[in-house]
Amino acid sequence: MQKRHLLRASAAAAMALATGLAVLPASAQDNVFKIGLILPMTGQQATTGRQIEAAARLYMAQNGDTVAGKKVQLIVKDDTSLPDVTRRMAQELVVNEKVNVLAGMGITPSAMATAPLATQSKTPLVVMAAATSSITEASPYVVRTSFTLPQVSVALADWAPKNGIKKVVTLVSDYGPGIDAEKYFNQRLAFNGGQVTEALRVPLRNPDFAPFLQKVRDAKPDALFVFVPSGAGAAVMKQFLERGLDKAGIKLIATGDVTDDDQLNDMGDGALGVVTSHHYSAAHPSPQNKKFVEAFEKANKGLRPNFMAVGGYDGMRVIYEALKTTKGAGGGDALLAAMKGQVFESPRGKVFIDAQTRDIVQDVYLRKVERVNGQLYNVEFDMIKDVKDPGKTK
Amino acid sequence: MLTILFDGVAYGMLLFILAVGLAVTMGLMNFINLAHGAFAMAGGYITVLLMQRLNVPFLVCLPLAFLGSALLGGVLERTLYRPLYHKSHLDQVLFSIGLVFMAVASVDYFVGSTQQIMQLPEWLKGRTEIGEGALMLGMGHYRLFIIAVCAALTVGLQYVLTKTRFGSRLRASVDDQRVAAGMGINVNIVFLSTFAFGSGLAGLGGALGAEVLGLDPSFPLKFMIYFLIVVAVGGTSSITGPLLAALLLGIADVAGKYYIPKLGAFIVYSLMIVILIWRPQGLFVRKGGK
Repeated sequence: MQKRHLLRASAAAAMALATGLAVLPASAQDNVFKIGLILPMTGQQATTGRQIEAAARLYMAQNGDTVAGKKVQLIVKDDTSLPDVTRRMAQELVVNEKVNVLAGMGITPSAMATAPLATQSKTPLVVMAAATSSITEASPYVVRTSFTLPQVSVALADWAPKNGIKKVVTLVSDYGPGIDAEKYFNQRLAFNGGQVTEALRVPLRNPDFAPFLQKVRDAKPDALFVFVPSGAGAAVMKQFLERGLDKAGIKLIATGDVTDDDQLNDMGDGALGVVTSHHYSAAHPSPQNKKFVEAFEKANKGLRPNFMAVGGYDGMRVIYEALKTTKGAGGGDALLAAMKGQVFESPRGKVFIDAQTRDIVQDVYLRKVERVNGQLYNVEFDMIKDVKDPGKTK
Repeated sequence: MLTILFDGVAYGMLLFILAVGLAVTMGLMNFINLAHGAFAMAGGYITVLLMQRLNVPFLVCLPLAFLGSALLGGVLERTLYRPLYHKSHLDQVLFSIGLVFMAVASVDYFVGSTQQIMQLPEWLKGRTEIGEGALMLGMGHYRLFIIAVCAALTVGLQYVLTKTRFGSRLRASVDDQRVAAGMGINVNIVFLSTFAFGSGLAGLGGALGAEVLGLDPSFPLKFMIYFLIVVAVGGTSSITGPLLAALLLGIADVAGKYYIPKLGAFIVYSLMIVILIWRPQGLFVRKGGK
């Protein structure tokens, strides 16, 4: 009896082992190229996640999921904008799933938390949203396809003095990107002969903008420069009007986060005429963008792509091209090398991944909110070519 | 600065409407209901969705927001809250905070997590300015409207609690349920209607506040601290306590952010700590009273 049991057990074990090996053939593993996309899909930043995921899937649908003989697999994880969750998920993706590339990163703290993991595991980390300048310095494996706040703020500080705006009050949310925007706008405006008379910082979770806007009104600047994360932009704009700042002769200028394409239509006519600077508008007049917007809206029930979507779309392109260049062979370092220095035509215009800083170099546009075919759009009227992130020292 | 004072009063009044329902459930019914903000959020979403999807006028939305949240409150009181009245405060806290997370997740799932933007009617958008220079008083019409609604509510509420039969029944039921029931008061009905009314007030506050405070699924968590501060500072044994506390906090918050923006966010908390050290039971609470 005992012997028979033993035999049966060992036979079963051998069979299990054999089938196990058959089910998990090493060759099939080799042929999959895994991209771990970590995004906030729920919570306050969920629109970021939704836009980027939609754009990434659109890119894959348009360009096929087999590149250089490898099957590209997208693994989407929801980090709910909590950096420690992002880090844990990145760890799981690298260790268990053995992803070839990490991507996504909705907010700066998430990118910062993941950067050390990218360095340790030599996995390229493609940042598609987070926009604080210093992120690319946190790890030599970070490549960014979104933008940086200094990049777009500086463009506005160049434009303003030429258009009669000399005295400016700045109003930013009190966290990394906001402080970046304030600092570089201030510096460049001073360089151009203008002056920031007062720099206001608003707590990130601020219930009421009234006291800050009243202070702006009493300071009587030529313009108010605003950076707040996209959700809060509408509230600032409404209260700006409600408080009669426009009638007091104060102009509202802002980074494009405030007139986010995703929400612009709901903001109503109050948004008309607001001047912003950003790297992408759904109304960018290029054939490539037209195709992109059409395909995006078709695939997502009329959802308009915003600057997050274009960051995700281009991020996928950077990964695809790197995979093509390395012909599916080579690890993280080879991929990273192939990502550096890519020059291509994006829906936002011509862009370039700077090989030194691994940050994106792109045109920054000045736009004004206008009504086009019954809908509100950021219509571009001026541009500054090839803006490199001014936050980089080298 | 009169304008700052005005903005502070309006903001305080808004906090009051949002928190007064909590003062009613927590103070009078002795139930630690941290899910209060979820009812406020319900009111806000009822308003926003009615306005966006069905084009219901704003003024019609307000009573509907009140009724909707009151109904929700009533149903939940009957089904979920009632069995917990006799449980410990810790159980109540755990239960209601769980309810908050469920509310956040379900709104996120059904409506989406974006900030909801609503368009006020034109006549509420304007602004009236009186006077010149430092004494200029600028009043946003919407803020005036909030103050008016709130003042009317306070008077009504005070009247109901102190002068009407229902008020005395409520106070009797709270003080001693068994005796009250023995006297022929239907305690269950009294509690049910009080809870529903408190939730309705929260809903109205949420509807009024959506424009000023913004509305997204994290609303109940974001403002829970403010509700609790108002109730803690004001005490829960009267309506005037929370009212004055809300006004004080509103003005301090707005003025603090205006005059010392660097410290702005902390002024409310420092004020709360000072008041609670001075009067741990809250302002305007009689010694010996509950």
